Amino acid sequence: MSDTAVAPPKAKQNFRGNGGVRGWFGRQPTWVRAIVTLVALGLAILLPYAGDVPLIGPQIVTQGIDWPSSLFNMSYYVLLALGLNVVVGYAGLLDLGYVGFFAIGAYGTALLTSRDSLLYAHSGWSWLAAAPVALAITMAAGLILGWPTLRLRGDYLAIVTLGFAEIIRIVATSTPNFLRGDRGFTNIPHPPGQGADGKPIFGVTDATPYFWLGLAVIVVVILGVRNLDRSRVGRSWLAIREDEEAAEIMGVRTTRFKLWAFAIGAFIGGLGGVLFAGEQGFINSQTFVLQFSILVLAGVVMGGSGNMAGAILGGALISYIPDRLRGISDPFFHTDLYEYRFAIFGVVIIVIMVLRPQGLIPSRRRAMELKDREKEVAPL
Amino acid sequence: MNFSGLINDFGPLTVTGLAQGAIIALFALGYTLVYGVLRLINFAHSEVFLLGTYGCLIAWGWFGLDQNSKAPNFGAMLAYMALGLVVAIVASGLTALAVELVAYRPLRRRNAPPLAFLITAIGASLAISETVGVLTHRNQRGVPPIIQARTVITIGDTHITNLQILIVVLALVMMFVLDRFINGSRLGRGIRAVSQNPDSAALMGVNKSRVISLVFLLGGLMAGIAAVMYDLKIGVTKYDAGFLLGIDAFTAAVLGGIGNLRGALLGGLLLGVLQNYAAGLFGSQWLHAAAFVLLVLILLFRPTGLLGESLGRARA
Repeated sequence: MSDTAVAPPKAKQNFRGNGGVRGWFGRQPTWVRAIVTLVALGLAILLPYAGDVPLIGPQIVTQGIDWPSSLFNMSYYVLLALGLNVVVGYAGLLDLGYVGFFAIGAYGTALLTSRDSLLYAHSGWSWLAAAPVALAITMAAGLILGWPTLRLRGDYLAIVTLGFAEIIRIVATSTPNFLRGDRGFTNIPHPPGQGADGKPIFGVTDATPYFWLGLAVIVVVILGVRNLDRSRVGRSWLAIREDEEAAEIMGVRTTRFKLWAFAIGAFIGGLGGVLFAGEQGFINSQTFVLQFSILVLAGVVMGGSGNMAGAILGGALISYIPDRLRGISDPFFHTDLYEYRFAIFGVVIIVIMVLRPQGLIPSRRRAMELKDREKEVAPL
Repeated sequence: MNFSGLINDFGPLTVTGLAQGAIIALFALGYTLVYGVLRLINFAHSEVFLLGTYGCLIAWGWFGLDQNSKAPNFGAMLAYMALGLVVAIVASGLTALAVELVAYRPLRRRNAPPLAFLITAIGASLAISETVGVLTHRNQRGVPPIIQARTVITIGDTHITNLQILIVVLALVMMFVLDRFINGSRLGRGIRAVSQNPDSAALMGVNKSRVISLVFLLGGLMAGIAAVMYDLKIGVTKYDAGFLLGIDAFTAAVLGGIGNLRGALLGGLLLGVLQNYAAGLFGSQWLHAAAFVLLVLILLFRPTGLLGESLGRARA
């Protein structure tokens, strides 16, 4: 390190010029980073009690929905955003039917465990036993959808994935015996476990344990995805995203790594679905509307696609903002503001893409790619 | 699977399919035109259509017409039709231009990656359809009986109504006019030039921005006409009407060869008929699923569509 030889320009000496918070974080020794991470995690664990904080607490918690439930919603949205971020942000594949995988995870769980299911003989499976099977089904679905479609151009892929989610919804609404349409599945068991007082940990009244479960899953997913991103797989994704043809010429097996991205995205989406089914105990075909996938996409783009911190922030916001708006009516039409959520996020997507295409917390590499393209701009 | 149903209703299913296909074809032109020039899927085109369906209803509403009013006499019918068409075309055309201006132009300036265009288009689509959804409380709105469907031709047990004939004829006429415009006029030559090679066209003095706006406008006009036909045929519209039919229209455009005008017509008619056969075979709830399955199959086996891609090469 011979950084004393050339004095850096003065403008670069301020905090922002040195990379802001993330730059500071990156320069700290490992133990400081570990402490900061643990403190952040600890604060996240304490979130269900945020309402007890004086002054700011009551501003944060939601009114129209109880706060732990809202936190649990946030946790599975964050999970979905993390999964979609792998597909859209890392591999650069636009998947508009992500809700399809969420639905497969939830329906897989329901089919194996619920008393309403065709597969139910004398006793259903427990939630914990059903979860890995449901996840395997979801991953297989990702591979089955990905294998024929990933050879397509990016914009065609978007439409085909959209169609996939729509077909799942149509199948769910029009098979009264298999996926049971509007009647749906009841009595999906909750996750196992008993507290010291003999009551089940995962009950129906308090969503706090579910939030902690979701948080734990998120941490595991973050660690897994981070390792993948820094491996050969992650570098291949990067190459495919920047220039697929060049990547192929350099020997990257593009279809294989795109399939990987798809399957991992599907797995994480399915994980969200399994958690969701376990918490709700009931799902029907109304649960999985298509706007849902677009909402998650909005979250990833808003937070900063290709960056996990961005995906987490985006995923949390798309869940938190509408939940916070619940129970507040607008002054003109007296509609619950919650009704406007999709319209608002539609506008947000446009504004972000036009003004700050790299998102709220941009991936640095991604920001450089965008800048690079701007230089090549053709005269209009 | 209901094979006897399909065979017994073969005639009626074909006729319904053709009328539906004509609407889809007009709708699909918007996708094809924009794709031919910009090489991107205008996802917000479904909302261009949606505002057309509401535009003509609102115009008829000015004259106190709603779904319960009586059918007007022939002269009034012509006047109402003209009014509805004009208002729908204006509504759709302006929406298309606005989408181009707000969602596409800023990105084009910055040479954003193709994915970015798609994402803003989705944002625009979501914003428009959901705003309509909130304003209409997500209820459907009935259409006044401007044209009473009457059977005018009967072949065997197949009854063909005046409305079905009108829809198919209007679609064919509009296709012909548009085809002449693109292949015969000076502005059309500009469109073909930009679609062949945008940079060379710009160097030869074609105003690229204007051509792009023109293409969006033309797509909007066709969607406006399709919207009026849709209103009259289906009898109701709803905030998600554009989205569902938009998928069909896009499939039709890909089926015929996206970027190819005649392909859009062929693809639309073919898709309409095939969808109705599928509905006869499996039940009507599978109509849209059939479109998706067909789309995947085309993309796998013949991604350039039946007539091949490219607006510019259509004649050359």
